[in-house]
Amino acid sequence: MNLGTLITASLNDTLNVSLPLFRPELCLATTVVLLLLCRIAPLFRRLNSATVALGGVSFALWFAWCDLRGLPGSPWLPTATAVGETLSTRPELFTGLLVYDSLTAYVRFILTGFLVLYILFTQASGIPDREDGADFYSLVLGAALGMCLMASANHLLMLFMAVEMASVPCYALAGFLKGRKASSEAAIKYAVYGAGAAGVMLYGVSLLAGVLGTCHFPSMSLELARITNAGVDSGSIMVLSLGGLMVAVGLAFKLSAVPFHFWCPDVFAGAAAEVGAFLSVASKAAAVALLLRVAYGLGVPVLAAGAEGSLESTRAIAALAETRHFIVYVIGMMAALTCTLGNLAAYGQTNIKRLLAYSTIAHAGYLMMAVAAAVAMVGVSPAGARSAVSAVAFYLGTYVFMNLGAFAIVAMLRNKLRSEEISSYAGLVYSSPGIVIAMAVVLVSLIGLPPLAGFIAKFLVFSSLVEAITASAERPLMLVLLVVGGLNTVISLFYYLRVLKVMTFDPPPSDLVGESVSLVSLPGAVVAALVVPVVVLGLFWSGLYACAQLAGAFSS
Amino acid sequence: MPPMHALSQPALWPLSAIVFLPALVAALLSLPIIPKAREEFIRWVALATTAVVFAISLWMAVPGLFGAIGPAQFQVGEAGMQGIVKLPWIEPFGIEYLLGVDGISMPLVVLTTFLSMLAAAASWPITKHVKAYFVLFLLLETGMLGVFVSLDFFLFYVFWEVMLLPMYFLIGIWGGPRREYAAIKFFLYTLLGSVLMLLAILMLYFASDLRSLSDEQLLAAHVVSPAIAAAPREAAIAAIRANDAPIHTFNLLALAQIGQSANSPFAASKVWGMSLEMWAFLLLLIGFVIKVPVVPVHTWLPDAHVEAPTPISMILAGVLLKLGGYGILRICYPVCPGAGLSLAWLVCGLGVVSMVYGAFAALAQKDFKRMVAYSSVSHMGYVMLGIGVWSAVAGQEYRWDAWAQGVNGAMFQMLAHGISSAGMFFMVGVLYDRVHHRNLNEFGGIFNRMPVYSGLAIAVFFAGLGLPGLCGFIGEVLVTLSSWNYSRVLAVISAFTVILTASYILWAIQRVYLGAEYKGPHGEALTPITPRELSIAAPLVFLAIVFGVAPQLLFNYVTPTVNRQVETLADWTRRHDQSAGSVVAIVPAVTRNEVDASGESRE
Repeated sequence: MNLGTLITASLNDTLNVSLPLFRPELCLATTVVLLLLCRIAPLFRRLNSATVALGGVSFALWFAWCDLRGLPGSPWLPTATAVGETLSTRPELFTGLLVYDSLTAYVRFILTGFLVLYILFTQASGIPDREDGADFYSLVLGAALGMCLMASANHLLMLFMAVEMASVPCYALAGFLKGRKASSEAAIKYAVYGAGAAGVMLYGVSLLAGVLGTCHFPSMSLELARITNAGVDSGSIMVLSLGGLMVAVGLAFKLSAVPFHFWCPDVFAGAAAEVGAFLSVASKAAAVALLLRVAYGLGVPVLAAGAEGSLESTRAIAALAETRHFIVYVIGMMAALTCTLGNLAAYGQTNIKRLLAYSTIAHAGYLMMAVAAAVAMVGVSPAGARSAVSAVAFYLGTYVFMNLGAFAIVAMLRNKLRSEEISSYAGLVYSSPGIVIAMAVVLVSLIGLPPLAGFIAKFLVFSSLVEAITASAERPLMLVLLVVGGLNTVISLFYYLRVLKVMTFDPPPSDLVGESVSLVSLPGAVVAALVVPVVVLGLFWSGLYACAQLAGAFSS
Repeated sequence: MPPMHALSQPALWPLSAIVFLPALVAALLSLPIIPKAREEFIRWVALATTAVVFAISLWMAVPGLFGAIGPAQFQVGEAGMQGIVKLPWIEPFGIEYLLGVDGISMPLVVLTTFLSMLAAAASWPITKHVKAYFVLFLLLETGMLGVFVSLDFFLFYVFWEVMLLPMYFLIGIWGGPRREYAAIKFFLYTLLGSVLMLLAILMLYFASDLRSLSDEQLLAAHVVSPAIAAAPREAAIAAIRANDAPIHTFNLLALAQIGQSANSPFAASKVWGMSLEMWAFLLLLIGFVIKVPVVPVHTWLPDAHVEAPTPISMILAGVLLKLGGYGILRICYPVCPGAGLSLAWLVCGLGVVSMVYGAFAALAQKDFKRMVAYSSVSHMGYVMLGIGVWSAVAGQEYRWDAWAQGVNGAMFQMLAHGISSAGMFFMVGVLYDRVHHRNLNEFGGIFNRMPVYSGLAIAVFFAGLGLPGLCGFIGEVLVTLSSWNYSRVLAVISAFTVILTASYILWAIQRVYLGAEYKGPHGEALTPITPRELSIAAPLVFLAIVFGVAPQLLFNYVTPTVNRQVETLADWTRRHDQSAGSVVAIVPAVTRNEVDASGESRE
């Protein structure tokens, strides 16, 4: 092969295969460039940066939706296809660095959809102001681009790059409230902690790559299966486990999983509520998708098309049973810890943003439980594994509305009350009942009570755990997770209800500052647009679940 | 879109209206266009809504009451499920909008709508945030009615939880001095129970398989609607048969069929050394007995009842406690018969313990309302005992009538207690509205000041006591009689509890209503009963007398369904014992002695 054919082949691969499946990311990248131009070129300075960002993100959303809609098995296709059917090929983009499959399409859709809502919400809440808009949105979109890459990473190098690309703009965002000590402190803490976690992860990446001789996930799993079959020496196992754990540290940092969660409450409390919303929803969605990618990439061999059910594929899946066992236990234990600690620590909080930070940590725990169940069921019950991944995907979809809604309400109340202490919400129901009802819907949904979307998400997570138990996949751990999850739901009742209690039962302060907050206003409309789906998705969740099922089919 | 035949199901609109009309009105009332200040208007709208719902439920329950008899109406004497409504809801999980009523749920539905109407009328003294109060009140009514009519376990659970939040706020905002504590305690206990219930639901769901049912069973369980034409029916059954993966279900009737089948998957699979059936039964039982409530998980009840405003206490005692008993009867026993049989001692034991404990606790109370609350614990103990006397079947040549007597008694006790306890709470509320205290020792001489009220109140309290001729008597006596076959010790204890009941109620009547003169605070406020209060109290007293004199009015509804369920389960017990290899009991006397011995050792 001479240089000419190589160049032609790679050009062909890039232009004809990769770029058409990369349209949402291209839109985001273009928008970032446009936003930077807004800052520089005098001609563009008159443009409202939010409008530019919203336009670009809308295009990205449209392309992401087209991709999702076009997946096989989607109910929007003209020809009927069976649920659970997957892409016949698993297109790898850019010479194997990224992969395009249904999980990519789903997470990109969720992320771009979130961005649209997010930009509308930040416009209504007033942070950033017009002057800072270009900076703020280029950081947000840049991070979102990294998150899209996280969701489609297919290579250890890409894993690291995507995580960094998503993280670095977030450090800057955390310090966005210039001149505020708490905000700068949050940014520094976040950056230092992030740099440490990234270093550990990079070391883990190098260990894995060193033993397995490749960074490409499918090749890694095949190599793992090969050396497992050949009988691996204990030294290599040691290095591999260490490498895996170190990569897990980096992921746990992004997920804010215990014991790598310490940055989360401080950053949320120091940064603006708008930034907290971005970190808790988008960053979490991407981190969970990446966790699925890594867990599946290392634990599940990627088979050639049509090889499903064959003897060879069964053998390859069986060879990695030990690896999966290890992965499931790491994720599962961390999930149980994260969930319990998040809920217990939230109990003592007096600042609403800190409380929501711990609530975010707890929800990461529930999400990781379903991930653990999915990986546990891979070799035992493929249908169960698919539905567990669907549970994760559905959870992310509802989480967008629940948590963005909660932060939107916090931001709105901050603008009116000039305070983010829970005690300052006393008797709010007397002056602004609409906002209290909205908050009640969001918080009750976060507890997970029907008929709200949060209940369905939790129901799906628990049902994937029970399905794993029924299929006898990692039964003891799944039983423990089920019990832990159930108990945590009860514990979480306390602190979510305490907010509602303060809002409704407590008498309003005598020196009530700020006027009442009505839902009939621009910010009110944004809150309503976020809260109404929480109710609707709790009653009619077939549509979102159909999308989530598409995502669930990604691995098989 | 649902097919046309689904929308023409006769019971679709009446049953859906019963369940969702309150929620719909609540949504309309919560709109900002209704000004908060128009309190009188909001009260009347809420009362009218509850009255309309009561009228619809009465129209369904009593055919011919309002003219011609339609297909949607309840056929008295028919044992099976009626008025089935079946619409697809969440297809990937086979969750359906499946409603239906039978002899167990229909009377409870009417009781709920009736008490809700009375409670709405009793809410006139509420003056704080009237709009929010009635919105929550109507949402609560939707939740309660939904639980009684849903036949899909998922739907059941959704309604079960929908009740929690309105109740939390109703106690927490409009309650007494310790309302916050009482509200969170209520919420916490019930949520713990419902999380356990959710786990049991998921376990049963994933163990179930519709393919194991016969064609007749699929039709009987309304998995495939028997109402549709033969061809699509055949096709639907064939589609179920053709599936190569298990088809899980939330359909309660189908789950019961699966649970009672000879090779039930619930009994076969084991978790931590105990059968799944046992786990599910225990988890569900905990969830339900928290609601009943049963000692030792009853402690939320005195607090919640005492702190709640009068109308909410009426609803709590009259309806919410019945949900627990209904759940055990409708779900625990039919779905997990094996566990029900082996844990009969537990259910009966819990019943008797709460019966005695509740009575003693009531005897010790100084707060009038707290005494009434503990009397509920004691009375609901009879319900548990009546439902639980299963082993009467095994020892009695599988004669099911002894058990059926107990379950019929328990059902009657639930309905009677719904009337008498709501009445008692209302009577306490009438006094509290006037003198603003409930201290039993500071009352006395009320009869002289408020003769009409006192007469009605004494009648209601006698109904709670179980005086023959009033509604409380029938259930208690049937339960006690049937428990004799199960365990003489329990029967004797439950009979003696009647004496305790009589003593605390008579003592309370003596301290409150009799005596020469009222010496407590606010004596000047003791005005005669108002027409509004009279119109709430009189129907309750009237029904307490009517059902005491003519219990067959209720038994006509209850007995056919209860008897059939008990007969089916007795039959199941026979098959179960035979397949387990034990000799069919020929010598009942010996077996009975064994049962007694074990009963004694437990005491």
